[in-house]
Amino acid sequence: MDLNGFLIPPAESARRKGPHDRIVMSSRVRLARNLKDAAFPGWAKKAERIRVLEIIQPAIENLPEMKDAFSGTMDRLSTLDKQILVERHLISREHAAKSAGSGLVLNRDEALCFMINEEDHLRMQALCPGLQLRRAWGTMDAADSVLEKKLTYAFSPDLGYLTACPTNLGTGIRVSAMLHLPGLVLAEQINPIIQSVNKLGLAVRGLYGEGTEALGNVFQVSNQMTLGETEIAIVERLEKVLAQIIEHEENARASLLEKKPKMVYNHIGRAYGILANSHSISSKETMNLLSLMRLGVDMGLFPGVDRSLVDELFILTQPAHLQRQHSEKLSAEDRDLIRADMVRERLRPVGRPVTRPPAEPGGGLDKSAM
Amino acid sequence: MLCCICKEKEATVHLTQIAGDKMQKVDLCEECAKTKGVNDPTGFSLADLLLGLGASQEIEQAGGGAGLKCPACGFTQADFKKAGRLGCPVCYQTFAEPLEGLLKTMHKGTRHVGKVPASLRQGRDLSDRLTHLQKKLAKAIEEEDFEEAAILRDEIKQTTARAANTTAT
Repeated sequence: MDLNGFLIPPAESARRKGPHDRIVMSSRVRLARNLKDAAFPGWAKKAERIRVLEIIQPAIENLPEMKDAFSGTMDRLSTLDKQILVERHLISREHAAKSAGSGLVLNRDEALCFMINEEDHLRMQALCPGLQLRRAWGTMDAADSVLEKKLTYAFSPDLGYLTACPTNLGTGIRVSAMLHLPGLVLAEQINPIIQSVNKLGLAVRGLYGEGTEALGNVFQVSNQMTLGETEIAIVERLEKVLAQIIEHEENARASLLEKKPKMVYNHIGRAYGILANSHSISSKETMNLLSLMRLGVDMGLFPGVDRSLVDELFILTQPAHLQRQHSEKLSAEDRDLIRADMVRERLRPVGRPVTRPPAEPGGGLDKSAM
Repeated sequence: MLCCICKEKEATVHLTQIAGDKMQKVDLCEECAKTKGVNDPTGFSLADLLLGLGASQEIEQAGGGAGLKCPACGFTQADFKKAGRLGCPVCYQTFAEPLEGLLKTMHKGTRHVGKVPASLRQGRDLSDRLTHLQKKLAKAIEEEDFEEAAILRDEIKQTTARAANTTAT
């Protein structure tokens, strides 16, 4: 099966809506599971990994929600395909480095994704647009309950689900949300927020997860502890913290518009200026400027422009997605030129940002989403 | 750079150790490193990175420094220290002791309270029921209510048999 033909076009996935999606880009619940009588993937020999793959893969393919799914082994995906999956947040970087003995099953709407033989025998995730942690947990829990009838999981009554790394032991759950926080970054409040979130035992990571930087003002917040707390307690704890971060971000945006409107207009105007006029631009710069444009759209500074335009460009301007549209191998310099051409073209119908008198109440904040 | 022990061969093993606020650097050639017992020339313990600083030390100290080895998969304490991950599900029993302290610092509790696979849930319910019945039996005996005690004894017998059945299948 061809992965390119399978994946949802970026224009479509950028239009998906969810609660609080102007700040919460997506919600995710991931479970780690292992089979009882097999070594973990990092220690197992290739033959054993293949044996595990051949047990798990058909069990997943037979789930009712995996009808019309994409299912394949990692050695049959090209480097470009794997990179595209990473850019879409469907697989981890670690999984992209895997080959024979590892696999992937992805459902039709990309909301359910199963990585076989990543760090654990099975890593499965449910992904929802906006803030929908409970829904993501419900989906994942249901699929897991069907799978446990076919697969004998490694489970101890005392320690719960046994995982390769003791940091995932117990529930094996990671609940996370991807947040767009340009207001807190511009108001220089992001570091104290990160620190206090860390103190609550939650991790804050960059765009592509562990050990990556927060490109485009996008941050991932997730639980770290997995043992000694129920799944739903973890979901609830995260929900509480996220509600507060959302409030802080909204407040930061409102107060920036009220107290430092020129600074906001300057950042957003320059971002638009560069994106709409450059002839060579790196992926990193594009992300950071698109983030400011997204903020501008949220603030009503680009009347008539939908957020999905920016979100689509977020996906399309990443290196592997650019490469996919061209048959010849592009160098980083080539990509910068093509990326600039694409962004200029897409922003042609977008007029330059308007400014509003700072006195106007609300500053175009979208109250209906709250 | 020459090896700081034999001062002859090129140093290929570079160790940096930070203890307290002191940093020590040692550069060794491969031979001297072996004879000095630096059995882990990559020198870097992933356990510290993955499980938090000091984790590798904790893994080493627990179990009296004895070289534990998993009977199911052959994973050793040294492997654990190096990788910061375990070899197989049985390793959780093998390395129970070095893990105990780690889990305490890493997690909210040391006992699982979340989801339990349905097939095991029944067994867990039975064992809870058994504890409950045994408590009632002790109380009945204490109160010299032997009629009640006899009923409870039979019920415990049945429950034990059922529990044995579910774990066997």
